[in-house]
Amino acid sequence: MSGAVIDAAAPALPARSGTGRPAGTFRPSLPVRRLALRAGALGLGLLAWHLAASYRLDLGLVTFRNVPTPLDVARATAALAQSPKLGAHVGASLVRVLSGFLLALAAGVALGLAIGRSRTARDLLLPPLEVLRPIPAVAWIPLAILMFPSSELSMVFITFTGALFPILLNTVHGAEGASPRLVASVRSLGAGRSAILREVVIPAAAPSIVTGAAIGMGTAWFCLVTAEMISGQYGIGYFTWESYTLQNYDDIVVGMLLIGLLGMGSSALVRAAGGLAMPWARAGVRS
Amino acid sequence: MTARATQAGRAGRIELADVAIRLGQGEAAFDVVENVRLTIPAGQFVCLLGPSGCGKSTLLGALAGHLAPSRGRVSLDGETVAGPHPERGIVFQQHTLLPWKRALDNVAFGPKMRGLARGERLAQARAFLALVGLADFAERYPAELSGGMQQRVEIARVLINAPRVLLMDEPFGALDAQTRLMMQELLLDIWTRLPTTVVFVTHDIDEALFLADRVLVMSARPGRILEDIPLDFARPRGRDLVTDPGFVDLKRRCLDLLRPRDGKPPLPRLTPLGLPGVEAA
Repeated sequence: MSGAVIDAAAPALPARSGTGRPAGTFRPSLPVRRLALRAGALGLGLLAWHLAASYRLDLGLVTFRNVPTPLDVARATAALAQSPKLGAHVGASLVRVLSGFLLALAAGVALGLAIGRSRTARDLLLPPLEVLRPIPAVAWIPLAILMFPSSELSMVFITFTGALFPILLNTVHGAEGASPRLVASVRSLGAGRSAILREVVIPAAAPSIVTGAAIGMGTAWFCLVTAEMISGQYGIGYFTWESYTLQNYDDIVVGMLLIGLLGMGSSALVRAAGGLAMPWARAGVRS
Repeated sequence: MTARATQAGRAGRIELADVAIRLGQGEAAFDVVENVRLTIPAGQFVCLLGPSGCGKSTLLGALAGHLAPSRGRVSLDGETVAGPHPERGIVFQQHTLLPWKRALDNVAFGPKMRGLARGERLAQARAFLALVGLADFAERYPAELSGGMQQRVEIARVLINAPRVLLMDEPFGALDAQTRLMMQELLLDIWTRLPTTVVFVTHDIDEALFLADRVLVMSARPGRILEDIPLDFARPRGRDLVTDPGFVDLKRRCLDLLRPRDGKPPLPRLTPLGLPGVEAA
């Protein structure tokens, strides 16, 4: 009987070590099959676009007659990549989005912590903010032009309004979630109000703040085209809008793709920075 | 600080004068404990033993300063308890370590609040981690430690403040039986090296009799002290104590006192922070 057990176990050992993976890891983090599926989905999307655009598909409700093909867009991208204008456009947009985002991060976290921890702050600040929240970035344009002396400032303001609310609301949520047990226990260890904020509330809210910041970074880019429609000579959003007015249809798609890529990349950077700032969040996974 | 440390042997006398504690709001408010009159001399190890929901943890919360008595006075060495203070350290049933700090930084938290320089407080924290047998786990985050280890860190974090009183709310209640016995012996060992007054809440009769100098048995709600039992088993105590005839007699007496009389189901557990809902909020 014991012989059977040994026999059953024996072939399993070399087979497992043969795969070259540590025991307990049954599959790699992203199997080849899933990677292939993802690449395939992107490829299919490109193919559908290519076919629709090159045959100038007209579905009545929507028409592809004026839509450039992927190849046209690739050619336009290559042309823009070699032109000195690219750096100026991307640089101008980056400065606007980053200024708006950083201002929103500072204001959103500060207001969010206050609202999440103090009933007075909540009663004072939340009602006006709730009224402002549903107003879309486009609706701010006329007032932004009237309120700010320079168009640059009004564009930063528009991206700011876009990034503020996701950051604010997530920070409120995170600050409210700080455990009363942790607060009580650090009070017994000698922590006062500011130490509770620093040592308990902010770290407890940190994962929510990072989530809010990543979403806010996305919405800041989202609002960029709106903002850059105001004026200016540079910026990806301006470039996209200008391409339409100049009937450079290929460049419209190039601008759209650039915004998508820059937005995705900067959101990923925010998440990565958040992960670096929260080593304990990885600790639970490791154990 | 140093003056207090040198007189640690004497300081730590607790007095409860006619204490009552009410919990809940408006109509739903009720007396959890009433008429508690009690003196605990400095350096004594006292266990509060009682059925679930009897208010023993509530009483501990009042000693810690997290709950205010509705009547009477709670005092330590003659000073009225008016809020939480590092001199009255508390260990909860579920650990309250900060998940974002390594074990070492969790233990160094109290000294940090006192403004001690980083190098100095980390050195102190290492010494206290060694005291609870966790010298090799200083760099771990709480989520990377077992339940028993988390409670050891918690104890080290409280003791580093040189408290006059150590308050413990069923600190080993969530641990498995084996770990629990080990932790009881560890606690007694530490207590002989760093003598403080200890108030230890439990509903485990063996635990109370094994640890304490004195067991206070509480009644069901509203909690009152039914019986004050001094224990004079020799220290250091070993595991064979639990089969000692004197121990078994006392255990029988406690079982008798704790037997539910009216057949009512047990009450929900209260916490040193008040009603259970308060923790979840």
